[in-house]
Amino acid sequence: MDWMSLSPEEWTAVRLSLKVAVVATLFSLPMGIAVAMVLARGRFWGLSLLNGLVLLPLILPPVVTGYILLILFGRRGPIGSFLADHFGIVFSFRWTGAALACAVMAFPLLVRAIRLSIEAVDFKLEEAAGTLGANRAWIFLTVTLPLIVPGIIAGMILCFAKAMGEFGATITFVSNIPGETQTLPSAIYTFTQVPGGDAGALRLTLVSVAISMLALIASEVMARFANRRLDVE
Amino acid sequence: MTLAVDIKHTLGKFWLDARFATEGGLTALFGRSGSGKSSIINVIAGLIRPEAGRVAIDEEALLDTARGIFVPPHKRRLGYVFQEGRLFPHLTVRQNLLYGRWFAPPAQRRDDLGHVVELLGLGATLERRPGRLSGGEKQRVAIGRALLANPRLLLMDEPLASLDEARKAEILPYIERLRDEARVPIVYVSHSVAEVIRLASTVVLLSEGHVAAVGPTAEVMRRIDLPPFAGQPDAGAVIEATVAAHDDRFDLTELTSRAGVWRLPLLGARVGERLRLHVHARDVMLATTRPTDVSALNVMQGVVAEVSAGGGATVDIRLDCNGEALTARLTRYSAERLRLAPGVPVFALIKTVALSGPARGGRNAETGDA
Repeated sequence: MDWMSLSPEEWTAVRLSLKVAVVATLFSLPMGIAVAMVLARGRFWGLSLLNGLVLLPLILPPVVTGYILLILFGRRGPIGSFLADHFGIVFSFRWTGAALACAVMAFPLLVRAIRLSIEAVDFKLEEAAGTLGANRAWIFLTVTLPLIVPGIIAGMILCFAKAMGEFGATITFVSNIPGETQTLPSAIYTFTQVPGGDAGALRLTLVSVAISMLALIASEVMARFANRRLDVE
Repeated sequence: MTLAVDIKHTLGKFWLDARFATEGGLTALFGRSGSGKSSIINVIAGLIRPEAGRVAIDEEALLDTARGIFVPPHKRRLGYVFQEGRLFPHLTVRQNLLYGRWFAPPAQRRDDLGHVVELLGLGATLERRPGRLSGGEKQRVAIGRALLANPRLLLMDEPLASLDEARKAEILPYIERLRDEARVPIVYVSHSVAEVIRLASTVVLLSEGHVAAVGPTAEVMRRIDLPPFAGQPDAGAVIEATVAAHDDRFDLTELTSRAGVWRLPLLGARVGERLRLHVHARDVMLATTRPTDVSALNVMQGVVAEVSAGGGATVDIRLDCNGEALTARLTRYSAERLRLAPGVPVFALIKTVALSGPARGGRNAETGDA
């Protein structure tokens, strides 16, 4: 059974992947809710442009997305240099860059799930809350947000799973540095490129499958719990 | 409390141009579907912003397009009971009831959850979620929720329309208690003659986006010439009567009115109680001499006041029975044969059984306040 135990390097890749996916999911959530709200409820010129922009990473080849990130957020890129100079935030060849790449790639899935659940909220309930004295912020916090919790959970799970599996944009943007940017998929890819790496690739594949299954089961359980609270039969 | 409304607004092909004022009590906005009643109540609530208009409560403008005033719905302090209840599914009944209290300034908070729960009979439901309530319970919670926000005015948009007859009968007394005990001014949208006659103190009659008449309930509801009634089966008269006696032997109740004495199938009302009868025009028969040997128990003496010139086979005839109005629907043939014209003395016959049953407005049209 010796082949089943992970080497320290493999553990590092698993831990890094989890960290990258969790950070990517948590940081994109507030913006995901805001953008979903705008897309579901907004009425202004440029709405379809915003929609296209959000969906773009889903359609573009991941390598292209990664390259665009490299141009924009690299050391010399307009956004990257600004953030580095003023806030000391560096993305290129750091695990934060991997998290950014994963967040951008997973964002369309997150927004789509939340947007659908916002569109399913009966606008009339929000009107009713308004007649009872709640302003727009309170209506959102006390009516809309609790009602879209199942959608938010679904979106977060999708986002997390996508982030765990992101490969093309990550490797293009931040390369494949063990201990810094080598996530699970990159590590598996590396194993398949060297002689005798099959066992390692298989071990990490099993880990990957297990994490994905756990995430799916967690989402099922949470969605059921949320639905029971809403008395949806 | 005075509510003044003046609205001009287009909704698709529909042109709403309504103006009325009302003082306290229960004001019914009454008309057929598509007459603009719901739009008016939504303008009062601030859910529709009309092209032009003014809505004011006691001189405080909630909306005045001429002066650029629009108070957003959450600052109007109006309670709104929607047709479909619109309870928050993620909150318990108790949380639903207390939702509006949260947002009220502390000085205006009502601390009478217990009183409202008792008034609306909601004690057993407090910890349940709306998904587990019956239609009637949902609507009572919706009324309580609006009430506990301590509104200056309660708006009700066909709150009974989605309920069956039994559930309606369950809720009507609670609305009467709001009107009489809680003394909340109410604006009540309805297309049901029976509800309006039972509940309203003032009626605003709407037809195709315009106000056809405004006034005390009995006065407005007997206008045979007005569009919602002309040619419709609901046309009739509202008689204000007092319970005089019960006859247990024949199971009849005797009522007195200015028009005369009425005998109805036994009512559950106390002697001395005042109530309203809705007498359908199609249930009234006319004779030019006092009929003898007829089975009809109710014979009222009066004179023809108005003959409505409608097309087709029927005419509506308004009678003046000692100051009380009564409407009869006859064939044009009979009206001509009897030479009915204003000033002609007649006797109106109404079968007692026509005055019973909830659909006919007999028992259903009774009210404790007239």
